Amino acid sequence: MKTENQKAWFFVLPVLLLVAFNALIPMMTVVNYSVQETFGNNQFFWEGLTWFEQILNSERFHNALGRQFLFTGLILIIEVPLGVAIALSMPRKGIGVSVCLVLMSLPMLIPWNVVGAMWNIFALPDIGLLGYTLNHVLGIPYDMTQNPFAAWVTVIAMDVWHWTSLVVLLAYAGLVSIPDAYYQAAKIDGASNWAVFRYIQLPKMKNVLTIAILLRFMDSFNIYTEPFVLTGGGPGNATTFLSIDLVKIALGQFDLGPAAAMSLIYFAITLLVSWLFYTLMNRENLNDYKEIEQ
Amino acid sequence: MRKRSIVPIVYILFLMLPIYWLVAMSFKPTNEILAGFSLFPQTFTLDAYHTIFTDPTWYWGYINSILYVSLNTVISIAVALPAAYAFSRYRFLGDKTLFFWLLTNKMAPIAVFALPFFQLYSAVGLFDTHLAVALAHCIFNIPLAVWILEGFMGGVPKELDETAYVDGYSFPRFFATIFIPTIKAGVGVAAFFCFMFSWVELLLAKTLTAVAAKPIAATMTKTASSAGYELGLLAAAGTLTLIPGAIVIYFVRNYIAKGFAMGRV
Repeated sequence: MKTENQKAWFFVLPVLLLVAFNALIPMMTVVNYSVQETFGNNQFFWEGLTWFEQILNSERFHNALGRQFLFTGLILIIEVPLGVAIALSMPRKGIGVSVCLVLMSLPMLIPWNVVGAMWNIFALPDIGLLGYTLNHVLGIPYDMTQNPFAAWVTVIAMDVWHWTSLVVLLAYAGLVSIPDAYYQAAKIDGASNWAVFRYIQLPKMKNVLTIAILLRFMDSFNIYTEPFVLTGGGPGNATTFLSIDLVKIALGQFDLGPAAAMSLIYFAITLLVSWLFYTLMNRENLNDYKEIEQ
Repeated sequence: MRKRSIVPIVYILFLMLPIYWLVAMSFKPTNEILAGFSLFPQTFTLDAYHTIFTDPTWYWGYINSILYVSLNTVISIAVALPAAYAFSRYRFLGDKTLFFWLLTNKMAPIAVFALPFFQLYSAVGLFDTHLAVALAHCIFNIPLAVWILEGFMGGVPKELDETAYVDGYSFPRFFATIFIPTIKAGVGVAAFFCFMFSWVELLLAKTLTAVAAKPIAATMTKTASSAGYELGLLAAAGTLTLIPGAIVIYFVRNYIAKGFAMGRV
């Protein structure tokens, strides 16, 4: 289909230069720090792979990584099915569509620190709507600054609030692309709702859902601002995810070497998992393509 | 049908609750906020908004944010358009690798880059300028814009290009007068996404600015930590950050679902 044309590189060049400027130079700085020790005064000493060993063996890193995977896992388990369920029950035409789309997108356009601040105000034990309702109306003791479990519930609720709409919108885009004829055919065959979902709607949503999972993975794995503003990583270290821990080491303690080594390990993990998703996605597309060919 | 619409309504209510609380709080005086719980503002006040609109450090925060976000959107779209065209129409050496490499930049944890970015932009003398933030945000917005535009361009049949050449159009003229108008929905959606991600990002924007280009979000964090805890003021500033987002959503509302699918439905 596509024609071979090496001159296409000229079209890509501006993008390449701009992204390379932003990506390669800082990345080289990080690599540079990761193998050296500094005591200030711009004096650096070669350290080899010491920092990598130290980070990979440190319990602190293991804990932060564990929390990160738990958080991302929970987010995906809750947001993806919930998003699909909401998309399935959304109206397909009329004024309701616009209203739903606009209102549902709103949380995603709020600056991330405002999201954190908003949920902080919302969750204040005695004067926040959520905190007050839980403590004084429902009688459930709730204080996310003291109780790690409450902090986790709040952070998860905040992310569900913030990002489920992304899954909804993607799933919805997949659903509206299904021609009416498919549904009519299913009706004539007397297919159950479940069969319609399983054999018509789900396959049509497969592509967009992969994008949704990929985006939700990347963004939740890199999450920093919202939980930092909401809980500051506490109580204790209960909600200290990888990025928060990284910023603590890099800018709080100014341990550039270990922070840089941690950055690289962190990036490598994100890259590896995303690459797996991406290959899976492309392979599925390839299979679809082959089916059409046959 | 009736029963089905309950789910979206409940979901939207859940989304609106924290927003309502933020807005309600912005109209309460500080002593009422601290005195105890009230569902509606008892004494309605616009003091917080008055402070924001009269204090230059506050309203300049908004102007700064809007400036670098707009600048970033323009840059990202301008360079992404030809690149997306190349990816959607041609095969060239290393195209797949390049495309994936672009996407990996969307995956890089921003926290990783905060310090090197500070050093890089200080070294080239752009620290504390709107351009610095606009360029830095390109790292995640350009890949996204290329991805979205490529998706939309893929949906345009190649015959369109060929017909134009047969009709004697030069490439630049074809691109500007025929091709871009054909995918204008895609351009709108890509611009919307660039706006959105640049608008919501704080860590880089905060790291790369001090005074002259400081974003509104950074002004807010400073207030939250320094001036005790002026919740009303913070809530009012937060409420005002909702408005630009609401305006841009309104403009792309008809394309938003397809846009979130990156043009790939």
